[in-house]
Amino acid sequence: MNEYVSNVNAGIFYLIVAGVLGFITIMCFVFLVKSYRAGIRIGMDKKALKKTITASATFTLLPSISILLGVVALSGTLGVPFSWLRLSVIGALQYELNVAEIAAQSYGLSGLRVGEMNMSAFVTIALVMTVGILGGVFCCIFFLKKYLGKIQKAPKKESGGKPGFGAHATTAMFIGLCGAYIGSYVGKAVPREGSDVMPLIVAAVAALAMAVFEYFIQKKGKTVLENFSLAASMLIAMAAAVLIRMV
Amino acid sequence: MEEAKITMENNALTEEEKKQFFEEFNNGLHRIGKLMLIAAVILLVAVPFLIGAINGVMPEGKGFLSGFAKVGIIYIPVAIVEFLVYSPMLGVGGSYLSFITGNVTNMKIPCAMNARDIADTQVGTPENEIVSTISVATSAIVTTLVIVAGVILLVPLQPVLQSEILLPAFDNVVPALFGALGLKYFAKSPQIAFIPVLLMTLLCVFVPAAISQTSLLMIPCGGLALLIGYVLFKKGKL
Repeated sequence: MNEYVSNVNAGIFYLIVAGVLGFITIMCFVFLVKSYRAGIRIGMDKKALKKTITASATFTLLPSISILLGVVALSGTLGVPFSWLRLSVIGALQYELNVAEIAAQSYGLSGLRVGEMNMSAFVTIALVMTVGILGGVFCCIFFLKKYLGKIQKAPKKESGGKPGFGAHATTAMFIGLCGAYIGSYVGKAVPREGSDVMPLIVAAVAALAMAVFEYFIQKKGKTVLENFSLAASMLIAMAAAVLIRMV
Repeated sequence: MEEAKITMENNALTEEEKKQFFEEFNNGLHRIGKLMLIAAVILLVAVPFLIGAINGVMPEGKGFLSGFAKVGIIYIPVAIVEFLVYSPMLGVGGSYLSFITGNVTNMKIPCAMNARDIADTQVGTPENEIVSTISVATSAIVTTLVIVAGVILLVPLQPVLQSEILLPAFDNVVPALFGALGLKYFAKSPQIAFIPVLLMTLLCVFVPAAISQTSLLMIPCGGLALLIGYVLFKKGKL
């Protein structure tokens, strides 16, 4: 086994990650218990509170399995423990992979490729991934109390108004992000020295799989597939890469 | 499904007492939330250094700064927008937990909304905030448990996952992501996507040196998409 791969999957790494996640889980329990007690104190029905817990738990099961598939997708390059940590706290699969790729290029690698990775690159990538996603957390630490206080005091706007540009802005930024990558895959596929058609094929297979999922979600109303569409499309495309290389 | 409506179990608290109790409760959540988030940030940032120390390496300053600059320019504005939009939906406890446990848009928000529908609470009420916090906390705990169970199952599968045969799969995980994500976003707003995607494709076809600079290209490409989106929005075409 490659030395890098065994280092990023070392037993001690599992223990460190378990410790960090244990702390965050305790935090969740503290909030859960405090809120439950507060609910009882202000006269909320115990049955309704318990129903909230069971409904939330069942609602979360399927998307959690999808996150687990993300851990599988990420584990090949960043090892199981770090993928486990990253997909259990903050972020989401699309953020983690994109940032890991940017960080790998910034470190001097051609991309997130197992063959090029070493421990120095790994810890640098891990630090960029960790610090890069902390924006929302810092906003909460420094501004949440003030912001929510202001929102609660502010007079309610008339409903039925036109939604702002905010939602479109996030979509536009992600379109830009995807556009840069897709453009690079097309460029890489052009026959010339160092060309590689595999990224374009994999992206096309993933897009095709996603199109099928979207068809069933949008046209056939199978909304349950929404939880799996991204991770499953990726795994189908990754399986296609293996098959193509074997042929 | 029968709705479990929130009902007042007793009239032990007057409206005024309830308001005061809830204010104190929220202040307590802010205190604990801030402390726990600071502790969690320290722990998370310590992980790469700890792993580095165990392996006799440290994060490379230049690579980190260069990577962080490229990541920050995209994700800091996204984080601010998400904070401004989602925290009023999640309330005090729900926000602290959601922003540290992640998967906010794809899991925590829908989960909290679902719980509120089931509990039939009204926006802006203490009941609503309590249901949101309970829902987000439960969701985070369940996700952690499912992933722990999955990781335990993954450990014996490691020799398979690390085999040479599967190498092309993991080497192409990024194209797989952007193929799937691209289809979803391009289909959502083809009028925003057309020009940036075409320009990036032409650039990478005719200037091969640009191919390895994706992390830089996404900044002007994102900016262009934002500009097009804004123009279309102003014209009422979005």
